[in-house]
Amino acid sequence: MDLFFEQFPTVFSALNDGFLQTLKVFIVTLLGALPLGLIISFGSMSKFKPLSAVVKTFVWIIRGTPLMLQLLIIYYGPGIILHIYNFWGQAETGRFIATIVAFIINYACYFSEIYRGGIQGVPHGQQEAGQVLGLSKSQIFFKITLLQMIKRIVPPMSNEIITLVKDTSLARIIAFQEIIWSSEAFLKGSYGISGAVWPLFFTGVYYLLFSGILTILFGLIEKKLSYFRS
Amino acid sequence: MAILEVKNIEKHFGKTEVLKNICFSLNQGEVLAIIGSSGSGKTTLLRCLNFLEIANSGSITVNGKTIFDENIKLNDKTIRKNRLHFGMVFQNFNLFPQYTAFENITLAPKLALKNGIEIGIKSVEEIEKNGDELLETVGLSEKRDFYPCQLSGGQQQRVAIARALAMRPDILCFDEPTSALDPELTGEVLKVIKELKGNDRTMIVVTHEMNFARGVADKVIFMADGIVEEIGTPSEVFGNPKSEKTKAFLAKSLENI
Ligand SMILES: Nc1ncnc2c1ncn2[C@@H]1O[C@H](COP(=O)(O)OP(=O)(O)OP(=O)(O)O)[C@@H](O)[C@H]1O
Ligand SMILES: [Mg+2]
Repeated sequence: MDLFFEQFPTVFSALNDGFLQTLKVFIVTLLGALPLGLIISFGSMSKFKPLSAVVKTFVWIIRGTPLMLQLLIIYYGPGIILHIYNFWGQAETGRFIATIVAFIINYACYFSEIYRGGIQGVPHGQQEAGQVLGLSKSQIFFKITLLQMIKRIVPPMSNEIITLVKDTSLARIIAFQEIIWSSEAFLKGSYGISGAVWPLFFTGVYYLLFSGILTILFGLIEKKLSYFRS
Repeated sequence: MAILEVKNIEKHFGKTEVLKNICFSLNQGEVLAIIGSSGSGKTTLLRCLNFLEIANSGSITVNGKTIFDENIKLNDKTIRKNRLHFGMVFQNFNLFPQYTAFENITLAPKLALKNGIEIGIKSVEEIEKNGDELLETVGLSEKRDFYPCQLSGGQQQRVAIARALAMRPDILCFDEPTSALDPELTGEVLKVIKELKGNDRTMIVVTHEMNFARGVADKVIFMADGIVEEIGTPSEVFGNPKSEKTKAFLAKSLENI
């Protein structure tokens, strides 16, 4: 027990650093993938068949292969193929950029399917009811369909975003120094501590707190939208 | 002068001809009932009047003003303006679920006011007063702030009627307004339509309710395979049908009652 208290400050500060990296991947992925997913969903719903076919195939490939594989290919691939050393940049910066590129592409594809379901799930009659009342296309979108889409999107979105919290740990495969990498270091030896297993368990607390907060947040949004049924 | 004049309307989807040479006219305050078997083109006709479909040829004239023919160039703006001559009540209501009954009724007039679209209402106060009056007309004043999911089907349809009236259309169209309702709820909706007739409303009602068509309509059209097979007063069409198709249809409909 004494040992634990002795190690705690060092470990805690290292885990906080790691968690900050995890958080960075999480936030930047959302900032990129939320809008990109919308663009991809428009592509897959396009009436121009060649475009929707290409987009759907791309989405199928991304959703059909492991994110870990995509991470490895994106991190090592361009450098090997183009013979450019440090294609994504130096050390930790390069690893961060490669990570978010892979995560944004992967999550944008998942989000695009959620958006598509939300958009197509709003009955066509809603649009027609707006039309016969003389509303413009943009009024129909902003005043009628948008909120109904959001209501449909929130539950699957919250699942996907909570999965993202845990998926950030995959970046460890290209040695990106997120929280699991940080705690694993104390197993191997770091800051004079080695063979310590408890930091690994302790990372679980971070994940649980973070996903717990998100669960509560999404629950509130769902509750806020529960006053109507569509 | 006729309030509505429909001439030679044709509509096809690809190679299938759905409406062929549709002609009829309607005077102010008249109720037209359109009957006919499934797939005969009744809904498509109403949709052409409301510009949800664009007819391939023919003309539509309201109050002497031609709002559709081959020579009129239709863009989003003219369609938005011209369709306001007609109101539309759908089979499955299509109320906006996120708005209360009152908000459903006042949303479109408020947006029209903001956009400077002329519907004869000059202020938000007037729109809201009008909204409350319309709720009273359809007998739902006490449901003013209820959401559609808190209303029965019959109540939802009555709100939908009020919503259509709020834009002050010249002619109100109904597409099988009671078909999605339980039998015990159809009466309250038909009663509202009858009351509107008493207020000199011009209406077109697509319906399978033969008793309603017979009792309320001034004019009946029987459609078959995209054409106006028979047109006349209820006593002419129901009492003394000329076409064999009409006779067969009526015999079958009466069998089902
Ligand atoms: N968008 C469309 N594309 C292709 N065909 C259509 C379309 N809309 C309607 N049709 C066809 O046009 C014909 C008439 O359809 P419509 O819905 O007007 O019939 P209806 O008289 O209203 O029938 P019901 O009593 O079943 O409502 C049908 O054969 C239908 O399949
Ligand atoms: Mg129909």
